[in-house]
Amino acid sequence: MILDALLALAILALAAWTVWTRDAFAAGIGFVATGLLLALAWVRLGSVDVALTEAAIGAGIGGVLLVNAATHLGTTAEEAPPSPRQNRLIALLCAGFAVAVGTALLTLPDPAPNLVHEAAAALPATGLGNPVTAVLMVWRGLDTLLEAIVVLLAVLGLWALAPEGATRPAPPPREEGPLPLLARVLPPIGVVIALHIVWAGADGPGGKFQGGAILAAMWVLAWMAGLVRAPEVMDRRLAWALVAGPLVFLGVGVAGLVLAGEFLALPAGWAKPVILLIEAPLTLSIAAGLALLLLGPPERAP
Amino acid sequence: MTWALLAAALCGLGLYGTLAAAVPLRRLLGFNLLGAGVFLCFGVVAARAGDPVPRALVITGLVVAFAATTLAVALLRRLAATRD
Repeated sequence: MILDALLALAILALAAWTVWTRDAFAAGIGFVATGLLLALAWVRLGSVDVALTEAAIGAGIGGVLLVNAATHLGTTAEEAPPSPRQNRLIALLCAGFAVAVGTALLTLPDPAPNLVHEAAAALPATGLGNPVTAVLMVWRGLDTLLEAIVVLLAVLGLWALAPEGATRPAPPPREEGPLPLLARVLPPIGVVIALHIVWAGADGPGGKFQGGAILAAMWVLAWMAGLVRAPEVMDRRLAWALVAGPLVFLGVGVAGLVLAGEFLALPAGWAKPVILLIEAPLTLSIAAGLALLLLGPPERAP
Repeated sequence: MTWALLAAALCGLGLYGTLAAAVPLRRLLGFNLLGAGVFLCFGVVAARAGDPVPRALVITGLVVAFAATTLAVALLRRLAATRD
C-alpha cells in the first residue's frame, strides 16, 4: 500500500516534470519515464497485458518517437503563451476537471457493473486461456480489425505528408561505437521474445500488438545502426506485408458471415486455429506498420 | 483508491499541459498524459471486478494513440519545414 502510494507519487512527479520543465528534450525523457512507471502501475492493477503494451508501445516506441521529435523540432512557440491570468483560469478549470474525474471514480456503484461472468462463461468455446485476448479476438473483433486498419491509415497519412518525388525515409545519421554492436546482438534475442509474447498471448499476458511492437523496435534498431535500409514506399512486398493482416482478418470476417451467420463470427470448434490464422499475418502487418510510423514520412532522395 | 486519485490527477495535469503549453510538441506530450490518465481510469474500473473488457479496450486505445501521435509529429515536422 505504501509502495503503491510512492509509485503513484513518482508517476505524478514525473508527469508534472513533463508538463513544466523548460527543455523540450527533458520533457520527452520525462514522458518516457512516466510511461515506464505507469507500466508498473498496470501490473499493480492486475493487468500484465496492458503493462506490456504500455511498456512496449506507450513508453517504448512512443518514447522513441517523441524524444526524436523533441530533438528535431526544438522549442519554437506557435503562438504566445497564455497570460498569467488565463494560465490561472486554465489551471483552476483543469483542477476542477481532475476533482470531478476523481469523485466519479471513487463513488462508483459497488459491485461495479461488469462483463466478467459473460467473458468467463464464453471463454472455453474460444480455446483461449487469456480473457483479454479472447475479448480482442472474439467479442470485440471489430475493434481489433479497425485498430489494424487505423495503423494502416496512419501510415498512409504519413506518406501523404511526403514531398513530391520522395521514395524512402531519410537514412539515419552515421553511427559509430556501441549502437551497431547492439543492433547485431539484440535482434536475435528480441525476435524470439517478440514471437514468444505473440504465442503466449493465447493463454497468458501478451499478444500481437506487444510482440509486433518489439519486432518493429528490433528492425528500427538495425535501421538506426545503418545495418538495413528503409524500404521504398512503392515496394510491392512492403505493401503486402502492410495489408496482409487486415486483409486476412476481413476475409475471415466475411467467411464468418457465410459459415457462422455473422460478420467476424468464428465457426464453432474452429475458433483457435482461425485465431492463429488471423494473428500470424496481423503480427507481421502491425510490426511493419509500427516500424514505418517510427521511421517517419519518406523524403526526397539526395 | 491510490490509482483512482492518480488517474484523476493525470487527467487534470494532461489537460493543463494540452491547453497551457505554447510549444506544439509540449501540447502533444500533455495530450498523451491526458490519454494515460483516461486509460488508467479504465484500469481502475477493470481492477474492481477483474473485468477483461476495459483492459482489452485500453490495449486497442494505446495502439491508436501511438498511431495518432506519429501522425501529429509528422504534421508538426512538416509545419516546421514550411516555416523555415
